[in-house]
Amino acid sequence: MSKIEIKNVYKIFGDQPSKVLPMVQNGATKEEVLEKTGHTVGLDNVSLSIEEGETFVCMGLSGSGKSTLIRHINRLIDPTAGVVSVEGTNVMDLDQKKLIDFRRHKMSMVFQRFGLFPHKTVLENVGYGLEVQGQKPEERNKTAMEKIEAVGLTGFEHQYPNQLSGGMQQRVGLARALATNTDIMLMDEAFSALDPLIRSDMQKQLIDLQSELKKTIVFITHDLDESLRLGDHIGILNGGRLVQVGTPIDIIMNPADDYVEAFVKDVNRAKVIKAKIIMTPANKSNDVDKSNLVKIGEDQFLDEFLPQIVCSNANCEVVDKEGNVKGYLTKKELSKALTKEHMANAVKSA
Amino acid sequence: MGKYKKHIFYSLYLIAFAAMVFIAYTSSKYRPESVSVLFTDFSWLGNWPKWLDLPLMPFLNEGFDKLIREYGMFFEGINNFLLGLYTQMKNFMVGLPWPLLMIGIIALCYFVSGRNTGTTIMVAFCVFFLGFLSPRYWDKCIMTTCIVVIGMLLCLIIGIPVGIMMARNKKVRNALLPVLDLMQTIPSFCYLIPGILLFGLGAVPAIFAIFVYAVPPLIRLTDLGIRLVDKEVVEAAEAFGASKKQKLWGVQLPLALPNIMQGINQCTMMSLAMVVIASMIGTRGIGDEVLLGLQQLNVGMATEAGIAIVLLAIIFDRITQSYGEKIQERTHLKKDIKL
Repeated sequence: MSKIEIKNVYKIFGDQPSKVLPMVQNGATKEEVLEKTGHTVGLDNVSLSIEEGETFVCMGLSGSGKSTLIRHINRLIDPTAGVVSVEGTNVMDLDQKKLIDFRRHKMSMVFQRFGLFPHKTVLENVGYGLEVQGQKPEERNKTAMEKIEAVGLTGFEHQYPNQLSGGMQQRVGLARALATNTDIMLMDEAFSALDPLIRSDMQKQLIDLQSELKKTIVFITHDLDESLRLGDHIGILNGGRLVQVGTPIDIIMNPADDYVEAFVKDVNRAKVIKAKIIMTPANKSNDVDKSNLVKIGEDQFLDEFLPQIVCSNANCEVVDKEGNVKGYLTKKELSKALTKEHMANAVKSA
Repeated sequence: MGKYKKHIFYSLYLIAFAAMVFIAYTSSKYRPESVSVLFTDFSWLGNWPKWLDLPLMPFLNEGFDKLIREYGMFFEGINNFLLGLYTQMKNFMVGLPWPLLMIGIIALCYFVSGRNTGTTIMVAFCVFFLGFLSPRYWDKCIMTTCIVVIGMLLCLIIGIPVGIMMARNKKVRNALLPVLDLMQTIPSFCYLIPGILLFGLGAVPAIFAIFVYAVPPLIRLTDLGIRLVDKEVVEAAEAFGASKKQKLWGVQLPLALPNIMQGINQCTMMSLAMVVIASMIGTRGIGDEVLLGLQQLNVGMATEAGIAIVLLAIIFDRITQSYGEKIQERTHLKKDIKL
């Protein structure tokens, strides 16, 4: 069973959503519905399942319904129709008390503009989830301090949020979400408000944390590079409809429609493709020149070692975590992988 | 369906209007002998006809009489309570030697403003000048202060919870907004005089008038303050499983505090304005000095008392304002970035 199941969810904003629902179910587009009834379609028949321990990235432009979708999972928004179930419980069946309990113990959330409490210190902010659970101050401060350390903000715990830079504020947001130690983390455009340098820094931090914690993360973004970097699976939303779900390579290789194709057209492939996907396996590598080799990990992305290869004019030896040689990479494979036409074949043969 | 509802609404208005015209016509003693006269003699189109008169006045008088007859005990109870409170407070403060009271006020200001010497010195000057202007003013200012403080307490006890309810519930807000508009626009004498009938002469009708006049801005600013709290912050509280109570006390109220404090400040100033007007219905205090001066055409006396009122206003304003600034600083938004 999947960790999170979303089945045929519709969300219509307006005075009488249930009256407009049949129209949407019969296939009217967002624009038609808006023109005829004045109602806005937030989600249009969205179904997906998110497995335990994976990072699911939900991507789309603004107005595509991605923020609406994530708020259905912890029921900050009620669906007009459809089922959202988390670990087998339908969230619509929860009464007020159970819903509060569910939010306290099952999931935490990180917000685009941080959503920090300006009147609380960093320590109090991070401990907020535990505070509402009713934990004693000593206990929750201890946990909070651990999380503050984990995100690298030690020494700032008695500052107020507006004394911190944007990147640091979002670290506080992240620490607050980690503090309750829930299985599921919802991240609503968590890094979108940060400048590019800090953003990639935060992405790396999230990847590192995730490799340790193995949480189920639902991540919302409008940035394709970000989604390719973070996601185990990616869902692309357009106008409230889910147009494609797949792994990053799937999305790049087989765009489901013109919309997705336009999205992936300019993507930096070097950031998405891992060494092991395009390498020549060790047993077929007789004609590779092995005099000048650089060692790289099989899970490294091309852009991480590309400059090094170009400068040293060397070939690569691809190794796994234990250091066993798995294959080799030469300029031939690299140039193929980074050129559009050859890409499909390269992936297929891998 | 929505459009349909609107039509029903409009026709209800129309029926109500027709009913009122009918009642006006049948109850008027000036009405013509029969309706048909209206269609033969058109002179009624010239001046406003005497029969087209809604009999609201006798209806209201009757209602008010009934209110006093049947619920007199209730108002009497309120009257006794407030009057007792006022008398106790006034007697205590008048009984204190004036230097002691002065030091008390200065100390209060000093601690409430977070040990701000500038504000404290200014308030000290104002307090001294109250008695310095005319020795009679000291006791009168105490009376006025007592009325304002009790009126304010009443406003706070009722105003802030009502403001919170308005912010939480759209229906409550829609129902209360016209009431608040009414309270602010209706001329104060319209409820000062009925106040006398309900509570008798003296301090209590003034407190009642203060409440009617000064509570709307407090309710409005509490409501606004809570609704202006950043939506994402409130959402964050909800997402972490805060109950309604935790959300209100832990997030919404502390963040709405600057606006609520502004409301309390407005409330104080309006209370002071009203207590001066209330001197016209015999409320003792600094306001009756102004009235006396005007009645005797003694411009100097009226102005002197006017200055005393301004000084009193400055004292109230500085103390509430600086307290607001202090808690804002402590709980919220330290502006200086120390990085």
